[in-house]
Amino acid sequence: MISEQPGDHWDRKVASGLAFLRGRLAGDYEIDEFGFDPQLTTSVFHPLVRLLYRDWFRTEVTGLEHVPDVGAGLVVANHSGTVALDALILSAIIHDQHPQRRFLRLLGADLVFRMPVVSAVARKGGGTVACNPDAERLLDSGELVGVFPEGFKGTGKLYAERYKLQRFGRGGFVSAALRTGTPIVPVAVVGGEETYPMLADVKPLARLLKLPYFPVTPTFPWLGPLGAVPLPSKWLIEFCPPIATEHLTDSADDPLVVFNLADQVRETIQQTLHRLLEQRPDPFGP
Amino acid sequence: MTPGGPSGAPGVVVVTGVSRYLGAHVAARLAADPRVGRVIGVDPPAAGGEFTDLLSGVERVRVDAGSIGGLLADLDVDAVVHLALVSAPDPQHGGRAAMKEQNIIGTMQLLAAAQHAPRLRKLVVRSSTAAYGASFRDPAVFTEETEPREVPRGGFGRDILDIEGYVRGFRRRRPDVTATVLRFAPFIGSTADTTLTRYFAQPLVPTVFGRDPRLQFLHFEDALEVLHRSVVRDHPGTYNVAGSGVLALSQAIRRAGRVGVPVLEPGLSGAAALARTLGFGRYGLDQVDLFVHGRVVDTSRLQREYGFTPRSTAAAFDDFIRAHRNGIVVTRERLAAAEQLVLDGVRQVRSAAAGERS
Repeated sequence: MISEQPGDHWDRKVASGLAFLRGRLAGDYEIDEFGFDPQLTTSVFHPLVRLLYRDWFRTEVTGLEHVPDVGAGLVVANHSGTVALDALILSAIIHDQHPQRRFLRLLGADLVFRMPVVSAVARKGGGTVACNPDAERLLDSGELVGVFPEGFKGTGKLYAERYKLQRFGRGGFVSAALRTGTPIVPVAVVGGEETYPMLADVKPLARLLKLPYFPVTPTFPWLGPLGAVPLPSKWLIEFCPPIATEHLTDSADDPLVVFNLADQVRETIQQTLHRLLEQRPDPFGP
Repeated sequence: MTPGGPSGAPGVVVVTGVSRYLGAHVAARLAADPRVGRVIGVDPPAAGGEFTDLLSGVERVRVDAGSIGGLLADLDVDAVVHLALVSAPDPQHGGRAAMKEQNIIGTMQLLAAAQHAPRLRKLVVRSSTAAYGASFRDPAVFTEETEPREVPRGGFGRDILDIEGYVRGFRRRRPDVTATVLRFAPFIGSTADTTLTRYFAQPLVPTVFGRDPRLQFLHFEDALEVLHRSVVRDHPGTYNVAGSGVLALSQAIRRAGRVGVPVLEPGLSGAAALARTLGFGRYGLDQVDLFVHGRVVDTSRLQREYGFTPRSTAAAFDDFIRAHRNGIVVTRERLAAAEQLVLDGVRQVRSAAAGERS
C-alpha cells in the first residue's frame, strides 16, 4: 500500500484547480472599475513573474518597509530593459513580500493600451493609462500606484547609457501626488538594463511599425523567438524612504515646487542606483 | 390652473418618442403619477400604433418635428421630456439618414420650439455615455466633466455630441428653464429590447480579438425611475446614469453562458460597415468602438443629487440573463457536471494505479 498523504495533496490541488477553472468559466469573479482582476493576477500573473524574478534574476529586495502599510502611496522607479519587465516584477514583489500583500497599480503609456492582448492583460493586472484623472482617482481611493516617469526614454535607451536616468517629463506624477497629499516612495531597480541590452535602435523600422524604438540586442532579432528570453542578470531593488507631500497640497499647480520635487526624486533614485551598482560588481553574478 | 405646487411637479408634460419602448413607459408612468397634470405623448405622423394599452392615460399627438412649436405654445407646456432618439440605424425605416434626421433635426426643432414656449420650466433630455467618445488615451472612468478626446466613429456617438451641443445653446438662451441631461449607460433588463440585449441573446457572440472592454449597464426600471424623478423634481445639470460596478465583456459572456468568438478588429469594422450597406444587422461602429474601448462612468453625482442608486451592473445583467435562459450554451450545471466528471476520472485512474502497485 502506498501512503495516502501525497495522493490527498494532489487530489486537493486538482480539485482546487478545477474549482478555479469553473469559477473563471462561469464569470464568478469581480473586477474593479479600472478592469483590475485580483483573482487572475494573484493566481496566474504573479506566479509566472515570481519564477522570473526569484529563479531567473535572483532578485534581492531591501527597504520594503518604506512602502506604506495602508493608504495611498506613489511608487516611482527607474525604467529600463527594452521590454518593461521591471514594472511587472515590481508589482509582483510588492504583493509577494510586503506584509500587507499590497497590489501595485501601474500607470502605463497609452501605447500599452493601444495594442490588442497587451491592453487587456495590462488592465486585468491592475494597470491603467498614465493620466492625471486615473492617477488621482486611484490615489484618492487609497491605492498604491506605480509610475515610471522616464517612460519610453528609459526603456529605449542604448546599453551604453545604462543606469543614466532620463528626463522626468512634465512631472505629472508629482502634481498627482501633491494634489492628493500622497507620499512618494522612490525605488531604484538594478538589473533591468542587462536583460535585453540594446545595442542599436533601427529608427526607420520603428517608424514603420509605429513603435517608439526597434531594438537590436545580442540575441534579437538574430535568434528569432529565442531573442525574447531575457539574459539572466542579477537584480537588486531598493525602496527609499518616502517623501511626504501633505504639507504641499496647495502647491500642486506651482511648477517650481513640482520640478524641485521631481528633481529630488530623480536624484534619490540616481544615487541609489550608483550605490547598488557598486554592490554588484558582476552584472551576471550569483 | 397653475399646477405643480411645492413638489415642483409640472402640470403639462410633453414626452417625445412615445411610440418607442422607453418613451411609452416613461409617459405611462408620468400619467399614473397624481402630481402630474396632463401627459401628452408626441410622435411623428408615421409612427406605429404600439403601446396603446400602456398609453391609455396619455394624450397622443401626431405631429412632425417642424410644427411642434405651435403645439408647445398652445398647450401651455411646463415640461418637455425628449426621448425620441434612435440609437442604431434601422434599415426598414430609412437607415442612417432617417436616424440622423430624427436625432439631430428632431432635437434642433424641438429645442427651437421649447425656447419660445413661455411657460416652459423644465427640459429633460435623454443622452448617452457615448458622449465621451472613444480613445486609447481616455481615462478609465469618465466623470461628467470629462471632455471627449476624439470624436467617435459611430453615428450615434456623433449625434449625441451634437445633441448635447444644442442643449448647451438652449441653456444659454433660456437660463430660467431647468435643463437636465441624462447620460445613460446601455439599457438592460428582463424586458428591454436593444441592440445590446439582442447581442447577448445570441448563442455565439462576436468580440474583438485581444480586447476585453469594461462595460456598464443600466437596468431599464432604474432608467425609468431616474427619468421620472427628473420630471417631478428639479435636478438641473448633466448626470451619468449607470449601474455601479463593472463587467468585462468576456465575464458578461461567461455569466450569460454564451460563447465569445474573437474577430480581428479591422475585420469587425469592415463587417459592421458591410452589414450596414447591405441593410441587415443593426451593429455599427458605435458597437465596435464600445467593444474595443469599453466605457465606465462615475455616478457619484447622480447618487448625491437624486438620492437614488441604480442597481449594480452585475445585478442588472443577472436580471437580463434570467429572462433569456434559452440559447444558453454553457450552463453552470454543465460546468459543475464537467468538473465532477474530471475529478471522478482522476480518482479512478489514481485508485487503479494504486491498486496495480500494491
